[in-house]
Amino acid sequence: MIADTPRRSAPLQASLAAALALLCGGAALTIAACSPNTAQAQAGSVTIPIKNFAYMPMTVTVAAGSTVTWKNLDGEPHTVTSTDGLFRSGALDQDESFSFKFTKPGVYKYICSIHPKMRAEIVVK
Amino acid sequence: MTKDTNAHAADTPDLSRRGALRCMAFGGAGTLFMLSGGVLAPMDLAAAATPAGKKAHTGVPLFVQISDTHIGFNKEANPDVQGTLKETIGLVNAMPVKPGLILHTGDITHLSKAAEFDTAEQILKGLRVTELHTTPGEHDVTDGVGEEYFKRFGKASKNKGWYSFDHQGVHFVGLNNVMQFKPGGLGAFGAEQLAWLEADLKGRSASTPIVAFGHMPMWTVYEPWGWGTGDAEQALSYLKRFGSVTVLNGHIHQIVQKVEGHITFHTARGTAYPLPAPGVGDAPGPLKVPADQLPHMLGFTSVSEVRHPQGRTVSITDTTLPPRHA
Ligand SMILES: [Cu+2]
Repeated sequence: MIADTPRRSAPLQASLAAALALLCGGAALTIAACSPNTAQAQAGSVTIPIKNFAYMPMTVTVAAGSTVTWKNLDGEPHTVTSTDGLFRSGALDQDESFSFKFTKPGVYKYICSIHPKMRAEIVVK
Repeated sequence: MTKDTNAHAADTPDLSRRGALRCMAFGGAGTLFMLSGGVLAPMDLAAAATPAGKKAHTGVPLFVQISDTHIGFNKEANPDVQGTLKETIGLVNAMPVKPGLILHTGDITHLSKAAEFDTAEQILKGLRVTELHTTPGEHDVTDGVGEEYFKRFGKASKNKGWYSFDHQGVHFVGLNNVMQFKPGGLGAFGAEQLAWLEADLKGRSASTPIVAFGHMPMWTVYEPWGWGTGDAEQALSYLKRFGSVTVLNGHIHQIVQKVEGHITFHTARGTAYPLPAPGVGDAPGPLKVPADQLPHMLGFTSVSEVRHPQGRTVSITDTTLPPRHA
C-alpha cells in the first residue's frame, strides 16, 4: 500500500504547516496544503511524525491526491491502522515510515493497533 | 527475592520485596488461597509464613507463566532479550519439580515478524515442559490478522486466539483481548468470544478451579494508558460463580495484583524489559534502568498447589532473574 511517488508541486506549504504543528505541541491543527479555497487545493505530501505515543497533529487536512507519510520517532513501535481497513502500516519501529496516497475526499480515521488510545484522522478535501 | 534468586528461586515463598511493595499499593499482596470445599478463603501472608505455610511452597507446581518476551526488541532498555528469555527458561528448567505446562501470555515478538517468531520458537523449545499454551499480544498481530502468530500457535484455538483445556482438575481458559480494539479504547474480547466463554463455562461445577489467561489486564489497571479490557466485566460475570478463579495476564511488564471476591488478578513481569509504573512519565514506553537493576525487573510467575490438612492451597510466586556480577 505504498503510494505513488508524490508530485513535486506544492508540498512546501504543507511542510511549513507540519513544522508549525510540531512547534505547537500536537494540538489538533488543520494542515491545508493551499488556500482557504479548498476546491483549488493541490495535491502534495505531508509528513506526520509519531512522537510520545501521539500522531502530531491528530487532524490533518489534505487535498485529494496527496500522499501522507507517517514517521515513528518513538523507541516503541506504533502502527497506522485505518479503522475501515483502507490502509495498514504494520509495526513501524523507530525511524520507520509508512506512506499512503489519499485519492478520494472524506474523513479517514486511524489508530495505532498496538496502542489503541492513539487515534487521529486525515481529512481529504 | 533479590540476592538469593537462584535455581531454587521458584520455591521461595512470596513476591520479591519490590513486587510485594508494588502490590501492596494495589492491595492484596502475596496472598495464599485456601481452597476448601470449592470455597477460597484468602489467608493473610503473616499467617501463611508459618512452617506449614512454608511447606506449601514445596508443593506441586501446577504451571508456569512467562510473558512479554518481545523477541526482536533491541533498544537500550534491554539489548539482549534473547539472553534474558534463555535465562528465564534456565530457571524454569531448574525447578525441582517440573510444572506440567507453561503459559505464554503474549507479546512473544516485538514486531510480529516471521524471523522474530522463528527465533522465539527456537528459544522456547529449550523449555523442558511438555505443553506450551499461548495467547497473542498486540505486538504479535500488528498485521491485523496475526498471520505469523496463528501459523505457529493457532492450532489449539482454530486461529481465534481463545480456547480452553483441562489440566489436573483445573479448567484453563485462554483469552484474546488484543484484536478487537476500538479507537481510543482498551483491550476487548468482542461479542463472539464472550458468547463462546459463556458457553464454555456453563454447566461446569462451581468447585472447578478456573485459570483465565490473556495478554492485557482484565481489569482496569490504568485507563489513560489503555491498561485494561473494555468488556472485561461481562467476562467476569461468567467467572464470578466459581469458587476459585485466577486471572493472569502480561502486557504491563510489572507485577500488580488484586483480589475481588473469589477472583485473584495477577499480572506477570516480562522477560524483556520493564515498563514504568502506571502514570509515571509521559507514556508506557520501555523503561531504561541501571544494568544491575534490570534482572530484578524480569522473570516469571509460577502457580503451585499443595494439600494441607485444611484443604488445597493455590499460591502464586514471582521469580526474578538472578543478579549480575560485574
Ligand atoms: Cu502505538
